[in-house]
Amino acid sequence: MINKKKFDFAAHLKSVEENYQMIQILNEKGDIVNSDLVPDLSNEELVQLFKDMLWSRALNDRSVILARQGRLGFFGPSAGQEASQLASCLAFDKNDYLLPGYRDIPILVKRGLPLYKAFLWSKGHVEGGMYPEDFLSTTPEIIIGAQFIKAAGVGLGFKKRGKKQVVFTYTGDGGSSQGDFYEGINVAGAFKVPVVFIVQNNQYAISTPWRKQTAANTLAQKAAAAGIPGVLVDGMDPLAVYAVAKAARDWALAGNGPILIETFTSRFQPHSMSGDDPKLYRDEDSYAEWEGKDPMIRMRTYLTKKGLWDQDQEEGLIKQFDQQIQEAVKKADDAPKQKISQLLELMFEEPTQVLKEQIESYKKKEGE
Amino acid sequence: MAQLTMIQAITNALDNALEKDENTLIFGQDVGLNGGVFRATQGLQAKYGEERVFDTPLAESAIGGLAIGLAFENFRPIPEIQFFGFIFEVMDGIAGQMSRTRYRTGGTRTMPITIRSPFGGGVHAPELHSDSLEGLMAQIPGIKVVIPSNPFDAKGLLLASIEDNDPVIFLEHMKLYRSFKEEVPEEYYTIPLGKAKIVFEGTDVSIVTYGYMVHEALKVAKQLDEEGISIEVIDLRTVSPIDVETIIQSVEKTGRLVVVQEAQRQAGVASTIMAEMAERKRAILALKAPIGRVSAPDSVYAFSLAENDWLPDAQDIIDKVKEVINFD
Repeated sequence: MINKKKFDFAAHLKSVEENYQMIQILNEKGDIVNSDLVPDLSNEELVQLFKDMLWSRALNDRSVILARQGRLGFFGPSAGQEASQLASCLAFDKNDYLLPGYRDIPILVKRGLPLYKAFLWSKGHVEGGMYPEDFLSTTPEIIIGAQFIKAAGVGLGFKKRGKKQVVFTYTGDGGSSQGDFYEGINVAGAFKVPVVFIVQNNQYAISTPWRKQTAANTLAQKAAAAGIPGVLVDGMDPLAVYAVAKAARDWALAGNGPILIETFTSRFQPHSMSGDDPKLYRDEDSYAEWEGKDPMIRMRTYLTKKGLWDQDQEEGLIKQFDQQIQEAVKKADDAPKQKISQLLELMFEEPTQVLKEQIESYKKKEGE
Repeated sequence: MAQLTMIQAITNALDNALEKDENTLIFGQDVGLNGGVFRATQGLQAKYGEERVFDTPLAESAIGGLAIGLAFENFRPIPEIQFFGFIFEVMDGIAGQMSRTRYRTGGTRTMPITIRSPFGGGVHAPELHSDSLEGLMAQIPGIKVVIPSNPFDAKGLLLASIEDNDPVIFLEHMKLYRSFKEEVPEEYYTIPLGKAKIVFEGTDVSIVTYGYMVHEALKVAKQLDEEGISIEVIDLRTVSPIDVETIIQSVEKTGRLVVVQEAQRQAGVASTIMAEMAERKRAILALKAPIGRVSAPDSVYAFSLAENDWLPDAQDIIDKVKEVINFD
């Protein structure tokens, strides 16, 4: 028998969990509930953030249609995660380094990736991964834990170069179950490198609920094992997400080492447009609950109450976004057809002996 | 010129690389103060500092991830994986990430990473320390796999690997680390990757091999020479990509080919060479006998007390050479 007095494991576990309370600033009704933490954003910045979120939702809605028409290739819907994505990336500087996951296209585009290139990446075209040298980002990660260890590496590089910049990277609840997640936060902590690790807990790894993936009561508390701070934030609350991301960036920039943020959020649509059916794994009632927490609703209400937003302007704005999106789709559709011979050239700086033969043979096929 | 063992030649090459290019970094498990479990990095931390030669946590995947991230920051990482049997832990980093980066980014990002790792049998190590897994690596597009057979080559090939702007797996056979010395220049030099070398000239049978098996093949060549059989031994030096042209030219001369590898028979480097010869007109028209293959059998790497019977050796090669010679 365990001597409960000497070894109260349950109490110990509870005391760990109590350290990870969800931070909220703006509630579902659009009211400030934590005035001490309200971030220092100007009215213009608040309006711009909401516009970015509207753009992201419009991009998502248009992309879902395109994907259904078979015109987009791979697409992971992001509706519901606008606060988690747009408010977090707002906290970072142009010279910070981004390592996104495959659902984070809106972040990449917000940071300057031309939208048509994002579409080309989705469709499977080389140009979609060709970023200018000063565009500091990797391509969207498919192996959902890999970006965490790469981020530690870029962070170590920043530290060695003495750069005053930070690295920020995104994965999801599924990614937090990967070995690389743990190796990434652990090694980043050991080397005290400037990385902000963000887990967008949208509650499902395709179909597997996050509660079935771990005994941990929060994903933020996984940081404790790496000896780094972990913060749980309401991922449907743009003000809280921004405030926490900004503070996390400051923490990393000041040389304190890495930090882990869990944004507790919801994806309103399937994992991807390639065939998973949320009806099989998601309770219908949960939609109503989570759509009530929609970041768009609370931001709109908040701004309207502040007299900064008039809903009448939204329709025109969305039309404008749709126009831009359509132009990007057109540009992506017009991308030159890829030649296998040219792709083979991309394997090495100098093609190998056997590759040279293959390049020649494809050139013949391609009629050169 | 100094007489160096292969491990000394490797340390010397790393020293040259650290001196020549300040973007080179050496890291891995126990490579710092301890100088690596085989002392490949001995003295380098003391000479170049902890910023450039440093220990990592015991986490191979993290070592791969660090290398990739550092390469994005324009470093030239030279990570060590302590034993090649641990490579499974970093397969995503190698096969899923660094080998694909140039392609994935349309040539806008490159991964000049050299992963060094000791491998190979016959040293009575615990499980997963001795496996020859180069065939697995050779199937990955976008990465080169280099295996030296002697101190001189080890230095020149390692420096060429580090200079290469694409990822390279550099495998060091443990049995060769201290088995013999030879003259190795102190100064910087490179040996081109992807080029095989004829290490024993002959006219009757070509033996193509790499790593420690080069030495078994050389024993055979010398022994059979006394019996009047002239063997040509080709040391591949790079097992991916394979220098097909050098092998074809040798086969055109000898008409007979035996491929030798320490690894198991299934799939792998020997299979690739045999297939390349079988489908090429110049080689197939020159061949007077079926291609012979010497390898370990298709089991898990043998228990230490059985490994000497499991590993191929000079006698296995002699038997196969005679079979190929006596075909017609």
